[in-house]
Amino acid sequence: MQKRHILPIVYILFLMLPIYWLIAMSFKTTGEILSGFSLFPQELTLDNYRVIFTDPTWYWGYFNSIAYVTINTVISITVALPAAYAFSRYRFLGDKQLFFWLLTNRMAPAAVFALPFFQLYSAVGLFDTYLAVALAHCLFNIPLSVWILEGFMGGVPKELDETAFVDGYSFPRFFATIFIPAIKSGVGVAAFFCFMFSWVELLLAKTLTAVAAKPIAATMTKTASSAGYELGLLAAAGTLTIIPGAIVIYFVRNYIAKGFAMGRV
Amino acid sequence: MKTQNNKGWFFVLPVLLLVAFNALIPMMTVVNYSVQETFGNNLFFWQGLDWFEQILRSERFHAALGRQFLFTGSILAIEVPLGIAIALAMPRSGFWVPVCLVTMALPMLIPWNVVGAMWNIFTLPDIGLLGYFLNHVLQIPYDMTQNPVAAWATIIVMDVWHWTSLVVLLAYAGLVSIPDAYYQAAKIDGASNWAVFRFIQLPKMKNVLTIAILLRFMDSFNIYTEPFVLTGGGPGNSTTLLSIDLVKIALGQFDLGPAAAMSLIYFAITLLVSWLFYTLMTKDDAN
Repeated sequence: MQKRHILPIVYILFLMLPIYWLIAMSFKTTGEILSGFSLFPQELTLDNYRVIFTDPTWYWGYFNSIAYVTINTVISITVALPAAYAFSRYRFLGDKQLFFWLLTNRMAPAAVFALPFFQLYSAVGLFDTYLAVALAHCLFNIPLSVWILEGFMGGVPKELDETAFVDGYSFPRFFATIFIPAIKSGVGVAAFFCFMFSWVELLLAKTLTAVAAKPIAATMTKTASSAGYELGLLAAAGTLTIIPGAIVIYFVRNYIAKGFAMGRV
Repeated sequence: MKTQNNKGWFFVLPVLLLVAFNALIPMMTVVNYSVQETFGNNLFFWQGLDWFEQILRSERFHAALGRQFLFTGSILAIEVPLGIAIALAMPRSGFWVPVCLVTMALPMLIPWNVVGAMWNIFTLPDIGLLGYFLNHVLQIPYDMTQNPVAAWATIIVMDVWHWTSLVVLLAYAGLVSIPDAYYQAAKIDGASNWAVFRFIQLPKMKNVLTIAILLRFMDSFNIYTEPFVLTGGGPGNSTTLLSIDLVKIALGQFDLGPAAAMSLIYFAITLLVSWLFYTLMTKDDAN
């Protein structure tokens, strides 16, 4: 080990400490938590997890989150692919202005939109559905996907398109069988980002749902305030929300550095 | 070379419709509220630009804006240099690279209110790991719910914990794209570490750092959930950042007119500062 590696090691330890504490808390009994400080759980208990896996309001929250995140990722990538292709290959009237306008939506504070979103989705009858949250998250995930995919597509030489058309490929067939496979790491990275920002966002998700589509993270705040302060339960629910993220990162680990640079290194 | 082809509009149409549905209709609602007064029952009265004037003159808005700039400035000043330093110190290849990347990315994939709740549990004075350590081992009195300085330190450390990895990963992506030949040439020229950093590594990281700074600016300027869960804006109003204040006015007091006017001013400031950052950081490319 070299001396310069100390900084990343210390940094990773710093990152892991609060996560360790959350996990340790989730295995403690309420009695142990309230009786004082202990570095490790003294009497390991699975009760907190048992509550979550047997109470429908808890485990449905989990499914709800995964449902709208998945729908959002599919919608965002599907519509962003052709748009990114247009931005990367064609010049058209107002293209630069449109691209900039898309990106400005990434800058809009979610707090600004909370109330209007509630009214809009109530008016169109989508309130408290997966689709409402999935569509609302498109506000920031579509611009981001277009941006990431456009970066990756810029790295594919235009000759690929021209050769395919000379060979007699129709546009849809070229797009689906040649072009998308050529940028599949870009698609993976864009999907990762859509998953990430939809999974972690709560303000809009909470505003647009009541019972049927309530996200796990919102169930957490509600339960924590109504059933007294059950720290162990809160910690267990929190620990469970880390798992999907961890699985997704594991799958994209080899593209992650390039992905964060959005193909623009 | 791009070809001129207005057919491009058909390709972007689905994106345009979806984003417009989500952006324009709510934005028009906000604009609509910002120029009217309501006493409930769907009765609205024309108010003109009074709300904008009221917000721009209000001490409460100035204070929240000041706290917002202080917060965003502090986290940028810590996260950007720290992120670059960590990226420089990371190994460039081998078994440990994916381990570092995965563990570092983890905090960014935790739902924002879980981040707040986690830091709450972590900093509880007598039973949290950090709270216990500060109070009982180092004997530094620490209680985030009583002391504004402690609350500020905690939300800043929480943001550093949450988002420094974004800067690390972006800077690292820039670093690994530098060909070895550059370093060999620098070695032959007898360049110092500083010279290598200043003239080889920094220019190569410039694009990705621009992205990092822009993203960190936008997201920290719009931050709501994490500090709200952790401190609720307190003690007093000491950590009431712009979004927290906005939600208080809009949903707590239900003053829709002032809240809408504040939303538009807020959005305009975010756009303006992002544009300034972007123009300043890409100025050299134009020459």
